[in-house]
Amino acid sequence: MPKNKIIIAIYVDNQYGVLSRVTAMFTRRGYNIDSLTVGETESPEYSRITITLTAEKNEKDQVVSQLRKLYNVKKVIVLSSEECIKRELLLIKVRNTEEAHADIVEATNIFRTKIIDFTDEAISIEATGDSQKIDAFIEYMKKFDIIEMCRTGLVALDRGGANIWSEHED
Amino acid sequence: MKMTGAQILVETLIEQGVDTVFGFPGGMVVDIYDKLYDKQDKIKHILTAHEEGAVHAADGYARSTGKTGVVIATSGPGATNLVTGIATAYLDSIPLVAITGNVRNSMIGRDSFQEIDITGITLPITKHNFFVHKISKLADVVRTAFEIAQSGRPGPVLIDIPKDVQEAVFDFKKKPVEKPEALPCCDAKDIDKAVQLIKESKRPYIYFGGGAVRTGLGEDIVKLADKLDAVIGCSMMGLSEIPSDSPRFLGMQGMHGRYASSVALAKADLIIALGVRFSDRATGKTEKFSLSATKIHVDCDRAEIGKNVPVDLGVCCDIKDFVKCLTKAAPQRKNTEWIKKVDQLREKESDAYEGLPFLPRDTINIMSDIVKPDTRIVTDVGQHQCWTAQFFKFRNKRTWITSGGLGTMGFGLGAAIGSSMGTGKRSVLITGDGSFGMCLNELATAVTYNVPVTIVIFNNHALGMVRQWQKVFFDGRYSNTTLDRKTDFVKLAQAFGAKGFKATDKESFEEAFKKAYKVKGPAVIDLTIKTDSVVLPMLKPGGTFNNLILRREDISDAEK
Repeated sequence: MPKNKIIIAIYVDNQYGVLSRVTAMFTRRGYNIDSLTVGETESPEYSRITITLTAEKNEKDQVVSQLRKLYNVKKVIVLSSEECIKRELLLIKVRNTEEAHADIVEATNIFRTKIIDFTDEAISIEATGDSQKIDAFIEYMKKFDIIEMCRTGLVALDRGGANIWSEHED
Repeated sequence: MKMTGAQILVETLIEQGVDTVFGFPGGMVVDIYDKLYDKQDKIKHILTAHEEGAVHAADGYARSTGKTGVVIATSGPGATNLVTGIATAYLDSIPLVAITGNVRNSMIGRDSFQEIDITGITLPITKHNFFVHKISKLADVVRTAFEIAQSGRPGPVLIDIPKDVQEAVFDFKKKPVEKPEALPCCDAKDIDKAVQLIKESKRPYIYFGGGAVRTGLGEDIVKLADKLDAVIGCSMMGLSEIPSDSPRFLGMQGMHGRYASSVALAKADLIIALGVRFSDRATGKTEKFSLSATKIHVDCDRAEIGKNVPVDLGVCCDIKDFVKCLTKAAPQRKNTEWIKKVDQLREKESDAYEGLPFLPRDTINIMSDIVKPDTRIVTDVGQHQCWTAQFFKFRNKRTWITSGGLGTMGFGLGAAIGSSMGTGKRSVLITGDGSFGMCLNELATAVTYNVPVTIVIFNNHALGMVRQWQKVFFDGRYSNTTLDRKTDFVKLAQAFGAKGFKATDKESFEEAFKKAYKVKGPAVIDLTIKTDSVVLPMLKPGGTFNNLILRREDISDAEK
């Protein structure tokens, strides 16, 4: 069966230990997480976890069903890639040299990213976008001297008025 | 009313209808034990020799009564000694509440004396667990723990209570016990689809397991089978739900299941799976499992549907409701050829191994004839377990107590004690010299409480099941499976204060068992069997039921 990129949004109790319960399920059942983000929601009682993974249909069904069994998990939905808005954040620091300087600035403009720190030694850039854009930007930046970088996982919401409590197909 | 945390715990247990708990005291549960001391008229505490014995006893109590078992242990080693027992209950979906003490909140995280992160350790082997930070949450946590343990697919829940919470004072109000939420009823569309699949089938097979025991589904399964003209088999966890002599019942299927049951499963064109999880021990290689058969799978846990084996119709609902509705909706079927075929399989089965003398089977037949229908048959894990599963003639429900999923050697004695404590009936523990050696310290508990448990040790001076694999798949290289021990089990029993008997053949066993079964408290029979006895049929790992090894002489073929 073909493997697909899947985005899962999970509403959980905002309590300590809940994130380990969720990730422990993946460890125990042998599923690999591609990216994970967790943060506050519109309600202080709940946190929202967004997980992306690469899985075939059976695996996806298992992940969703197993997550739904966890006591602190209130809601699990699979977001359809087309019907959701999704963003990742990248911070990347490249070495500032006289030769590279102009090219780096031009690249940040073309990719619509933002320089947020600039010294004689280094230029730090903030990029947001979907995963493909971030991938493309990193790929381009490889021609310069990347000192370090970090990227968040994906966050995603339904398009339009739909939300986590609306009906979703698994 | 103002109460301490320890008192609130005890009061909430009483509120939940708990009358028996198993456990072992220690520094971080001393407050709880102090409050149990006040309530001895309401809660009976069974002190075991080891925390592992206590948790297996709570598990055996739950299996034989259907109620939730409760076990108490102290922090650190007390808590970690529960781990095997909690995992045993988790794999077999047994409702269990484990209560552990822990060091004070202020001492947590400092590697204090006997501090352990037991909620972290038990995370993957509990349905849920709680660390109670504040006394204000305690009573509701206990209530929720019982609800989680019993509802849907049951399982173990652990509550870890630091000492300062046990000492703190808070207002306690009794609450009525809430009934667990009912499972969803079946959908008419699913019944229609099932009826359609039944109409297309000529060789139906009903496969049930622990979920059927939990819901008391036996009679309903038989009625459905009569309507469909189907045969019935079960997983190890399903045994005793249907009387073994029920005409359509072929017994346990699987790696060491009954021949007719396993082969019929492979030959069926429709499998109706009820409260089972298609475990690899029950199905053989799951990828090759009955590929041509249509499969209907009904379970209360959605995650089980399609987990191990793809199915044509998966239904997540109350299995009892489904079976009742399906029996009503299904047409009366007649599958003469199928029934004839299955009868031939049964004949082949009895020709192969029922006629020959074989001490383990003869012993189990003798016990089947002597014991009362309500006697709990408890086992450890290994060859003796498979023989008992194959040959014992169960008559009453919940009389089969075994560790099916985790396969825990050392489970039996604790579980037998718990079963007898829960039912007030006698238990017979069938064990091996290997398994018995793991937790025989609980003989002390059985003697102290004068528990009516008859212990039969199938003594082959070997770790028979592993040895059988070494014989068949490892060229007879018996690495570390010979038990060259000099233990005298008769004297050992006597040293603990129990009765001891010795038997070496059918006749001496029958005599010894009749005596031992009448002993009021615990009695041990040391039965010598051959070292190289094997469990047959046998499925090669990764094999399918079409190449099941049925006869001893076929073993050499399997090596090729």
